[in-house]
Amino acid sequence: MDVLNKIPVSEQDPKERAHNFDEVCLGYKAEEAQCEASRCINCKNAQCIKGCPVAINIPGFIEQVKNGDFEAAYQIISESSALPAICGRVCPQESQCEGKCIRGIKGDPISIGKLERFVADWARENNIKPQGAKELNGKKVAVIGSGPAGLTCAGDLAKLGYDVTIFEALHEPGGVLVYGIPEFRLPKEDVVKKEIENVKSLGVKIETNVVIGKSTTIDELLEEEGFDAVFIGSGAGLPKFMGIPGEQANGVFSANEYLTRSNLMKAFKNASDTPIMHATKVAVVGGGNVAMDAARTALRLGAEVHVVYRRSEEELPARKEEVHHAKEEGIIFDLLTNPVEIIADENGWVSGIKCIKMELGEPDASGRRRPVEVAGSEFVMDVDCVIMSLGTSPNPLISSTTKGLEINNHKCIVADEEYGKTTKEAVYAGGDAVTGAATVILAMGAGKAAAKGIHEYLSNK
Amino acid sequence: MYKIVDARELTTNIYLFEVEAKRVAKSCLPGQFVIVRTNEDSERIPLTISDYNREKGTITIVVQTIGAGTTMMKSLKTGDYFHDFVGPLGKASDLCYEDIDELKKKSIIFVAGGLGTAPVYPQVKWLHEHGVDADVIIGAKTKDLLIYEDEMKEVAANLYVTTDDGSYGRSGMVTKTLTDLVKEEGKQYNHCVAIGPMIMMKFVCLTTKELNIPTIVSMNPIMVDGTGMCGACRLTVGGEVKFACVDGPEFDGHLVDFDQAMKRQAIYKTAEGRALLKLQEGDTHHGGCGICGGDK
Repeated sequence: MDVLNKIPVSEQDPKERAHNFDEVCLGYKAEEAQCEASRCINCKNAQCIKGCPVAINIPGFIEQVKNGDFEAAYQIISESSALPAICGRVCPQESQCEGKCIRGIKGDPISIGKLERFVADWARENNIKPQGAKELNGKKVAVIGSGPAGLTCAGDLAKLGYDVTIFEALHEPGGVLVYGIPEFRLPKEDVVKKEIENVKSLGVKIETNVVIGKSTTIDELLEEEGFDAVFIGSGAGLPKFMGIPGEQANGVFSANEYLTRSNLMKAFKNASDTPIMHATKVAVVGGGNVAMDAARTALRLGAEVHVVYRRSEEELPARKEEVHHAKEEGIIFDLLTNPVEIIADENGWVSGIKCIKMELGEPDASGRRRPVEVAGSEFVMDVDCVIMSLGTSPNPLISSTTKGLEINNHKCIVADEEYGKTTKEAVYAGGDAVTGAATVILAMGAGKAAAKGIHEYLSNK
Repeated sequence: MYKIVDARELTTNIYLFEVEAKRVAKSCLPGQFVIVRTNEDSERIPLTISDYNREKGTITIVVQTIGAGTTMMKSLKTGDYFHDFVGPLGKASDLCYEDIDELKKKSIIFVAGGLGTAPVYPQVKWLHEHGVDADVIIGAKTKDLLIYEDEMKEVAANLYVTTDDGSYGRSGMVTKTLTDLVKEEGKQYNHCVAIGPMIMMKFVCLTTKELNIPTIVSMNPIMVDGTGMCGACRLTVGGEVKFACVDGPEFDGHLVDFDQAMKRQAIYKTAEGRALLKLQEGDTHHGGCGICGGDK
């Protein structure tokens, strides 16, 4: 074995997977995982842990994988993460743990994400559960939202002995893990549901179909329902549109709608009652991970798919791996291209998208080179469906119905970074509701921090 | 799971369900809606609240069985359960927030069409309970399709029933009754609330514009989550894009772009038809009906 090169992980063939919703990455087998683990040099001053938002003892669990004690490896991960099978799949490891790996200086970094996934999958298959609290401390905490931030915060608090209830607005717990990320990246039945079951096995209750701000309010939870503290992990669910002419035409969808229909409502299956448009040629506008998810979903539903992005490949905000997978599957990238109008036929259906070519100018506030229109370069692309994937912002439902909860001008809840403490006593917040749309693991990190904050607050109360 | 404490067929294909949903019953107001799912694989169906009982903790909804999702509800009996029932969603009617004394000075007319009669009822009832009078026009295609007549009589100051075919009450569309009331029968109104099929609301708005009566409509576009997440329900109101689920469902009817809204209603028409045929015909359905587009 060449210690400089990682053990490759097997994947479904691109030609085949372009037509199904089965998982793309097939994961390591035990011997492959042990082999990959043996590349780890077990640094004394482990940089990878510093790169992990929830500070998993990475060399510790990898050591156990190397030894073949996968259960011990699982318990080490569980100390820090409630959702390892999910994180192993969707974390941007290249910019976190793996990005800091010393092995990566010369050669490939250790495939930490794939090892984490292997350990979590092994534990699930062998019915190993995380360990809960020995006894309850009699204090009640409400967690709003059952996405990554909420599940993590709830799991951590339950382990500390709190009586935790999660309130979820949709009919199914999981938040973005269920409505946003597609089956082929994150299987729902086998992975998401099982990890949520694990959180429930710690004693966490989940009440679905409760829209905080409508069905009840945070003030009512604190004053009438006897909760001692509240964590808000309600995410960033509101879609953005471009505001260009024709955007209300039939066949223009937010990525949120398109993905929710397919992922949460299972419209990709024939048995589902929920309809989804089976388009012929789709333009997905945007270049983030959500855009990649929407594009690859549309492809699997039978369309020719173009990703329309106003900057160049260099600036694509999506993970490299996602872009790579999308290209392998046959997604066409129309870069340095920006839509200016959506054209509809006489019945109101999308018939084309008018775009203008862009070129990169001076760097803007984000440090990326600002895209500038090339005069006279407009052209029309014939499409029958446009999916807008331009990012999302937090839902004002909670902030507008909670007394004393401050938000900033991006509608994000103001909360301190260390413990997620908001401007309202006993109320903590974290994840996309605070930062705006970010990643699963950052939300988990924030959920974890808030659990610490809430524990400290209630212990001293 | 949400228990159905009363299930009744009001008329052909129109069903009433009174459902135990304590959180919704505690906090809802007239004008708001709920989203229901019959079983684990069902669509999320938005329905405007038709009545509520805070003591019993129940919500009443009235459903016309047209799509696959609603057709499945036909078989639900008293004692059965809805798998999911979430709400109250959307904003309550503006009337609920107005000063009662100011409301009493107003001359209000409700125009209800078909199934839209059900969501009109809690608004008129709420006003009645607060000592505010309101007249009501109920329109139905034919006598047999009329719903909520007796209930409405109890709470409306004056009730005018009209049927398209003249089989009961007055004859003709609701717009004719409204025009007759104002132009022929000396009625004066300065506030109108119209709830019914989009095409009816559009024509009521054209009529009230002419009669110079400010008009509120309750929009019922396609939606998925009902909390502002998907944007499927977006409408253009006064040149601005609004989400019916969080900004509405009630809007100034004179500012709503009805033609666009009606086009958007058609997005899944064929898909809905296909789902219904599949449900009715089961495995025997293989397309070829010429309408549904086969099993594409």
